Amino acid sequence: MANYNSLYQEVILDHNKKPRNFGAIEHPSHHAVGHNPLCGDHISVDVILGDERIDKIAFQGEACAICKASASMMTTAVKGKTRAEAETLIQEFLAMATGKLSHDACPNIGRLAVFAGVSDLPTRVKCAILPWHTLSGAFNAVETTSTEAEDDPMHAPIGDA
Amino acid sequence: MSETQAALKYKSPAAFDIERIRADFPILKLTVNDKPLVYLDNAASSQMPQQVIDRLVSYQTTQHANINRAVHYLSEVATSEFEEARRKVQHFINANEEREVIFTSGTTDAINLVMHGYGRKFIGAGDEIILTTLEHHSNIVPWQMLAEEKGAKIRVVPINDAGELLIEEYEKLFNERTKFVGVMHVSNALGTINPIKEMIAFAHARGVPVLVDGAQAAPHMKVDVKDLDCDFYAFSGHKLCGPTGIGVLYGRASLLENMQPFKGGGDMILSVTFEKTIYNTIPHKFEAGTPPIVAAIGLGAAIDYLSEIGMDAIAAYELTLLKHATEQINAMPGVRVLGTAEHKAAVMSFAVDGVHPHDIGTLLNQEGIAVRTGHHCAQPIMQRLHVPATSRASFAFYNSMDEVDALIAGIRTVQKIFT
Repeated sequence: MANYNSLYQEVILDHNKKPRNFGAIEHPSHHAVGHNPLCGDHISVDVILGDERIDKIAFQGEACAICKASASMMTTAVKGKTRAEAETLIQEFLAMATGKLSHDACPNIGRLAVFAGVSDLPTRVKCAILPWHTLSGAFNAVETTSTEAEDDPMHAPIGDA
Repeated sequence: MSETQAALKYKSPAAFDIERIRADFPILKLTVNDKPLVYLDNAASSQMPQQVIDRLVSYQTTQHANINRAVHYLSEVATSEFEEARRKVQHFINANEEREVIFTSGTTDAINLVMHGYGRKFIGAGDEIILTTLEHHSNIVPWQMLAEEKGAKIRVVPINDAGELLIEEYEKLFNERTKFVGVMHVSNALGTINPIKEMIAFAHARGVPVLVDGAQAAPHMKVDVKDLDCDFYAFSGHKLCGPTGIGVLYGRASLLENMQPFKGGGDMILSVTFEKTIYNTIPHKFEAGTPPIVAAIGLGAAIDYLSEIGMDAIAAYELTLLKHATEQINAMPGVRVLGTAEHKAAVMSFAVDGVHPHDIGTLLNQEGIAVRTGHHCAQPIMQRLHVPATSRASFAFYNSMDEVDALIAGIRTVQKIFT
C-alpha cells in the first residue's frame, strides 16, 4: 500500500512552504514551461548555464506541494553541477519516481530519496516529475513540455479528460 | 474513525432507512488504508447495489443472446428484457413514448449524437449556439467541433460569483441567428441547479430547441421531460447506480424523426442495397450495432431500485447531507465552499487555504475518504472562479451523516499537516 506518511514529511512540507530559488531569472540561457494537463498545474524553469556549470536556476508556477517541493529541491540539487551531472540526476529521479529503480540504486539521489514513496501513487508521480521533465526540456531547447509529451517517462494519460 | 462510527447522532427524514440502504451496497463495507471507505465521489461514478449486480448476473446466466435478430428463445428473451429496460427509462423520466428513449454509451455519446444528427443537419454558417459557463467539456467540445465545421458561432451564458447563471444575460444572447441551446441541469463542479424549465420556455418562444445535459441531475432528483418540455435530455447509467457503458438520450419524437443517423451499421437499417439504404424507425435508427444489452438491463434494474426508494425522498435526504456539510465547512477557518447557489444538488466543491487540491485528495485518501480533485472537466468554471482546481465531495443517498463528519475531520487533518 502507498506510503503517504513518508511522502508528506517535514522536508517536503518545508520546501512547499518556503520554496528555494523561486522566481524568474532575467536573460536565462535555457528556459522551459512544463504543464501537467491532468490537473492544470504548470511551472517554468529558468537556467543560466555557464561554461562549465549551472550558475543560476529558478522556478515558478502554480502547483501542488509534491510538485513545488520537487522543483525546489531540484534547484538546490543541480545548482553548481555540470549539465552532464544534472542530466544524470534527472534520469535517476525519473527512474526512482516511476518505480523503475529503488532509491538505493541511484548513487546521486541523496535527499531526493524522500520522493521515492511517490512511485506507489500513480496519479501523483506526474506531480513529482514535472519539474525534472521541464528542466530536461530547457536543456534541450524544448520551450513547452508536458507530462503527456511523447518523451515523458509516464506517457500514458491517467483519465481526467 | 471509531467515534464517527459510534453514535448515530442524526435522524434521517422519516422512512429513509439509511442503514438498510447502506447494507444493499457491498462496496461500502471496504476498508481503504485501514479505514472504512467513505465514498464521496458519486458525481464521477456511483456505486451499485446488490440488486443491480444480481440482475447483471441473472441476465448473463440465463437470458443472454443478441437482440433484434434471431427467432430463437434466448434472442426473444434478451430482446424483450432490453425493450423492457427502455420502458423503465421512459417511465423514469416521464417521456411520452418509449421510441423517444435512445440507448447510448453515456451522456457524452448522447450529446455527440445530437450534434451529428441534429446539429450537422440544421445548424449552418453564421448560426449561433448558446452554451453556459457551467458546462462540462462534453457539452462544449462537440459544439466547438460543429462550429468549426460549419462556421457557426458559440455564445456563452455567464455566471455570478455564487455559480448561478445570469438569466438576463442568457435572454440577451438570443437573436434571429440563434439555432440551438445546450445547458446542463445540475453543475457537476459546483452543484448549481439551473432554472432550465424557464430557460427552455424562453428558447421555445423563439423557436429554438434545447438540449439538457442531465448527467448530474438524474441521480439526484425526479426528472420529468414532459414537464420540462425539453427537446433532448441526456444522462449516464453509471452515475445512477447502473453499469458503465450505458446512457440515455431522450429526444422529442418529431425531432428525432427528422435527424440524420449518427452511426451507420446493423440494426439501424430497414433495407440495404448498394444503390440505396433505408434507415430504420426511431429509436433503432440511432442504435447501430449490438448495444450494451446487459448494461441497459442493469440500468433498468437500477431505475427499479431508485424508484422503490423514490427520487423525491432521495433528493430530500441528500439535501440534509449537503446542508450539514456546508454548515460545517462554513464554520471552519481557512476553508470555503465554491459554488454557493441558492438551489444546489448534493455536490460540494471546496478550497482549503494554502493547500493544493491534489494534496487534499491524497491526504483524504489516507483517511479512506474518496473525493475528486481537479478541474472536473469544467475548465471554464475554474477560470471564472480564478482557481486551477477544486476538491469536490459529491454525495449520494447511501452516504451517512457520519461520513460527512469523517470528511470534515479529514479536512482538519489536512490543515494540521500543512500548518
